[in-house]
This record gives sequence, C-alpha cells and structure tokens, in this order.
Amino acid sequence: MSATIDKSPAPARRFAGLRREIRGMRAVMPFVLIFAAFVLLALLAPLVAPLDPNSQNLLGRLKPPGTTARGIFYLLGTDNLGRDLLSRLIYGARISLSVAILSVVLSGTAGTILGMAAGLARGWTETVIMRLADIVLSVPAVLLAIIMVAVLGPGFANVVLVLALTRWPRYARVAYGQTLSVANMPYVRLARFMGAKTPRILLIHILPNIIGAIIVVATLEFGLMVLFEAGLSFLGLGVQPPTPSWGAMLSTGRAYVATAWWIAAFPGACLFLLILSVNLIGDHLRDRLDPKSR
Amino acid sequence: MTESSQILAVEGLTTRIGVNAVVDGVSLAVNSGEVVALVGESGCGKSLTALSIMGLHPAAARIGGGSVRLDGDDLLRFSEKQLRGIRGKTLSMIFQEPVASLDPLMRVGEQVAESLVVHGVASKSEAESRAIDMLEKVGIPDPAARARQYPAELSGGMCQRVMIACALIARPRLLIADEPTTALDVTIQAQILALMKELRREIRTAILLITHDMGVVADIADRVCVMYAGRIVESGDVASIFAQPSHPYTRLLLATIPKLSGTRKTRLNAIEGSVPDVSDWPVGCRFRTRCPLADDACEKMPPDFSVSGDDTHRAACWHIDRLSEMDAMGEMA
Ligand SMILES: Nc1ncnc2c1ncn2[C@@H]1O[C@H](COP(=O)(O)OP(=O)(O)OP(=O)(O)O)[C@@H](O)[C@H]1O
Ligand code: SF4
Ligand SMILES: [Mg+2]
Repeated sequence: MSATIDKSPAPARRFAGLRREIRGMRAVMPFVLIFAAFVLLALLAPLVAPLDPNSQNLLGRLKPPGTTARGIFYLLGTDNLGRDLLSRLIYGARISLSVAILSVVLSGTAGTILGMAAGLARGWTETVIMRLADIVLSVPAVLLAIIMVAVLGPGFANVVLVLALTRWPRYARVAYGQTLSVANMPYVRLARFMGAKTPRILLIHILPNIIGAIIVVATLEFGLMVLFEAGLSFLGLGVQPPTPSWGAMLSTGRAYVATAWWIAAFPGACLFLLILSVNLIGDHLRDRLDPKSR
Repeated sequence: MTESSQILAVEGLTTRIGVNAVVDGVSLAVNSGEVVALVGESGCGKSLTALSIMGLHPAAARIGGGSVRLDGDDLLRFSEKQLRGIRGKTLSMIFQEPVASLDPLMRVGEQVAESLVVHGVASKSEAESRAIDMLEKVGIPDPAARARQYPAELSGGMCQRVMIACALIARPRLLIADEPTTALDVTIQAQILALMKELRREIRTAILLITHDMGVVADIADRVCVMYAGRIVESGDVASIFAQPSHPYTRLLLATIPKLSGTRKTRLNAIEGSVPDVSDWPVGCRFRTRCPLADDACEKMPPDFSVSGDDTHRAACWHIDRLSEMDAMGEMA
C-alpha cells in the first residue's frame, strides 16, 4: 500500500530541509561569526581583556593605537584618562549585550503575552491593550526613553526597565495579529472543541505557531536596543562611569576627535559591526521564518 | 428501536441569523450504532444545524427554540462549562479540512491523545499509548513511528485518518462528521467511508454524517434526513428513501447519481438553479420556486406526511400522489 512508499521519504526530506537551511545560512555566516565573537568577548571579558578597564594611567593619556608605554602595549591606544581602550571595549560589549538581551527578553515576553491575550480575548481586553500599544508607539521611542530615564534616574536596571516599557508594543502588535489569524485556524477551533481550556490553547497551540514571527521581531529589536543603550549612555543617562559603555566612550571621544580619533572611532566601529550583523541575521531569519514571506 | 437506544434526539430546533430562521424546526434522531445522513445542497443549513447541536453556532446566530437531547440531557440548557465537559468525550466531531484541522507543530500522537489529556481521562503516557492503538485502528501503518511525526509528513488521506482517530479515541457516544470526505479524492474517500463503517461497529459510536453527495449516503447511511432551505423535507430508512423517494427534492437529488456507471462522484449541482439566499426563502413550501409540481396549494407550508404508514418514512409535500408526473417531465432533462 501507500504506507511503504510514504514512509521512507520523510526522514530524507527532513535532512534535505536542514541542508538547505545551512546552505541558506552561508550568506550571513560572516555576520553570525562576528556576532558570536562579540558574545564570546563579553562572556570571557576578564580572561581576554589585557588590562583592568578602569585602571587609569595619567601619564599614558591619549596614546595612539600600537603605543608601548612603561612596558605595557596598548593595541588600540588609551583614552583621556590613560585607560586601555581595548579592555574598555571588551567590557563595554558586556553592557551593550546584556542591556539588549534583558530588555528584549522583558519587552518580548510582556508584549507577546499582552498581544496574545488581546488576540484571543477580544472585547475590551483587546481595546485596552492595543490602544495602549498605539499610544506608546505614537511617541518617538528615543524621546520617551529619555524622558523616562530622566524621571527614574540613570543606571543599568533603569535603562533595561525603560527599554522594556517602551518596546513591548512592537511585540504585542505582531503577537496580536498572528494570534488573530492562528486562533481562526481549524486546528485551534478543534482543540477548543475537544475541551482544551484557554491557557492550553495559548501555550500549546498558538505560541509555537507564532514564535517564529516573534523571534524575527526580537532579532531586529536587539540591534535597536544596542543603539538605544549607546544613545542613552552618550547622553549620560545610561550606565554610569566608570563602567565602560560604548555610548559613553563615544561621548568622551567626541571632545578629542581632532587630536585622538581612536577614542571615538573604535567604539563607533564596534557599534556599527554589532548592529549590522544582528540586523542582517534578523533579515535572514525573517525570510526564513516569517509566514508572510513564505 | 427502543427508546433507550436513542442517543441524539433533536426536536424542533430553530436557529436564527438576524430575522431569518436558517434552521427552522428541524427534528431528527440518531440511535446507537446508526449512521444518519443529513443531506442537502450547499447553503441549506446543514452545517448550522450541526453547529447548533454542539453549541458552536457563530456569534451572529441565536437558537430560537427546540431541544437537543443527548442521552436524554438537553444540550441547549447546558452551560459552556458543561458543554466543554462532554465535547471530545461524549460528543465528537470531524471537520471538513483534515489538513488544516491538525496543528502543524504538534506531533500526530499528541494530537490524537489530546482529548484524553484535556479531559483528564488518562495520564500523558497512557494517553499516548492509547493514541498509538487508535492510529493502528484507523489503518495507519507503523503507528508508533507515525505518532512521532508532524502532520506535514502525512498525506491528505492519512491526515483524515488521524482526524478520525482524534475524534474517536475517547469512544464518544455520538460523532458528527461535517463533509468528512469532500476534500479527498474518490479512492481515498471510499477508504475513509469504509473505515467509518467499520469503526462505528467496533466502537459503537452513532454517527450524524453531513454530506451533499447522495453517493456517500448510499454507501454508508442507515437512515437519511433530506434538508432543504432550513427544513427537513423527507426522512426515512435509506432503503425506503432510495426505493420510494417521496419528496420532489429527494427525487431530483437521487437523479444526480448516475444510474449506469459505478462512479459516484456526481455532486448535487445537477439540479437546476440553487438554494435561494436565506432572505428570499419563499412562504409556504420553500421548494416552491424550483419544484416542477408546484401550484397554489404549495403556498401553504406542507406538514410531515407519513409515507410508510408506520411513520418511519415521512415527507413534507402536498403532492406526494402526483410524483409520477415528474418521471414524465424528467425525460426532458
Ligand atoms: N456566520 C454566519 N453569518 C451569516 N450567515 C450565515 C452564517 N453561517 C451561515 N450563514 C448562512 O446560513 C445558511 C446556511 O449555511 P450552512 O453553512 O449551514 O449551509 P450548508 O448546508 O452547510 O452548506 P455547505 O454545503 O455549503 O456547507 C447560508 O445561506 C449562509 O449564508
Ligand atoms: S409542496 Fe408543492 S412545491 Fe413543495 S415540494 Fe410538494 S409539490 Fe413541490
Ligand atoms: Mg456546510
């Protein structure tokens, strides 16, 4: 019967899909590697950083890249307080990545839950959540973040909180739209008919089917969060000195652009590379995962 | 047929959408182990009847009256919570779209086990082993391996078998199947119908089968209810209906089955015209606008006349005695 014919191709088909997936990844592979390198540097910062990022050497201030001063080699030079720029960049990656990860996880979780609730409950729940999302999105995000940090005060935790509070609507909108379409699929109606209660429907039947779209948004948001953190730190509203942050380093470097270009150039380049690679990975994922482009 | 063997008894069920009674005083009964076919053209209210029975009618629809007794309990008086307690367990359903009715990201075995799990009938592991047994019953080879696969790895016919397994695993008293084979090709359709016949005997589930295909009716049904524009116009044993169709509409439906060739693929669109829109259903006999025998008498709603004398075969037409005139007219078509 068709049984034996049906059976064999299935595993083969699955591996073919995997192979195609890997081949598709090839185009963004360099950017995956760059991203992975940043993550590794951040994780292993104490091991790979040549010097303490906060130890000042006032005699070795503003040394250009490749200088050796008092027996210490400064690959990327020193800043205005004589701190090793390379070490500060490596520790700065920790701040950028951890703020981005935490705020994406927080806003992503909150936004997804709210969006799914709105999509499934409809009625006034839907109205309240989605109108609130519209309002938050209608205020320019940077402005909103600046105002909120100014009110709450700067610092790592507040930056994460503010980013989560300003960015959840992005996820809520996607989760809402996806939930609306998935909730009308016959299999969700059937599961409901079979007696499944709302939490089970949301968790077992809807979430797995919309998570792809959420991940795409999260990846694109990740780059934006890196940028926002840098922007807030640039304005002095992010993590406070002496903790190294790329944004704050840029801000310092601005005053020395004419005399010590490296102080601003290297954190700028790091930001550029990290955001570029995350966005390109995000674009790639969108092409692969987003049901609309399938 | 004793009263106790009656599983579903629908009396005078009326469902309105806006001011229109799209289901209008429908009565039908399904006895234990029996397949009752609800047959009629597209748009005559079959699906809405089924949905009303299960309390799944769309928000726009209102149940206007009647009763729906399942083992004696009136489902129309059940709360949503009570209904949830019986759906999937005592009362089950198969939808038309087999592929879309399966969650693409859930393993087939888990889906078959789902109704046991959500009703707390069995533990997860026990439910999954019962799911594998059920997959074997619906004729899926190598069920243990299949249970671990995703729906996309199965063919349409396989998916419909899985759907049947989902619907029957809790051994429901009544299964409502809304056009379960319409989306499948003819060979698979025959296999699925054969499977349903077999399972009905084994699990002793009564089946209310909705279809617009008289060929399917001939294949599987024990009794038939013919529906036109929201009303049951004729009902009776399948043999009696096929031997002595007593409503002009039933006659025309039967004429759509090719007599000589064995294939039964013909759909009901062979009758001229189509069911009018709900807002245009005529007063009196609703078949009046398409009936070759219609006259002034038909402006009054015909009651259910007994055809067989013992009430097992009934038809709602003023001119049962003039049916033979249709044969003469039929030659023209
Ligand atoms: N949600 C709804 N809102 C408005 N009208 C509806 C709705 N559902 C059904 N109807 C109307 O009720 C009538 C009967 O619909 P129903 O789906 O029960 O027909 P059916 O006999 O199942 O036809 P088919 O063979 O096409 O499935 C149709 O004329 C349709 O226009
Ligand atoms: S009552 Fe009149 S219109 Fe209706 S089916 Fe009978 S003959 Fe036709
Ligand atoms: Mg229908």
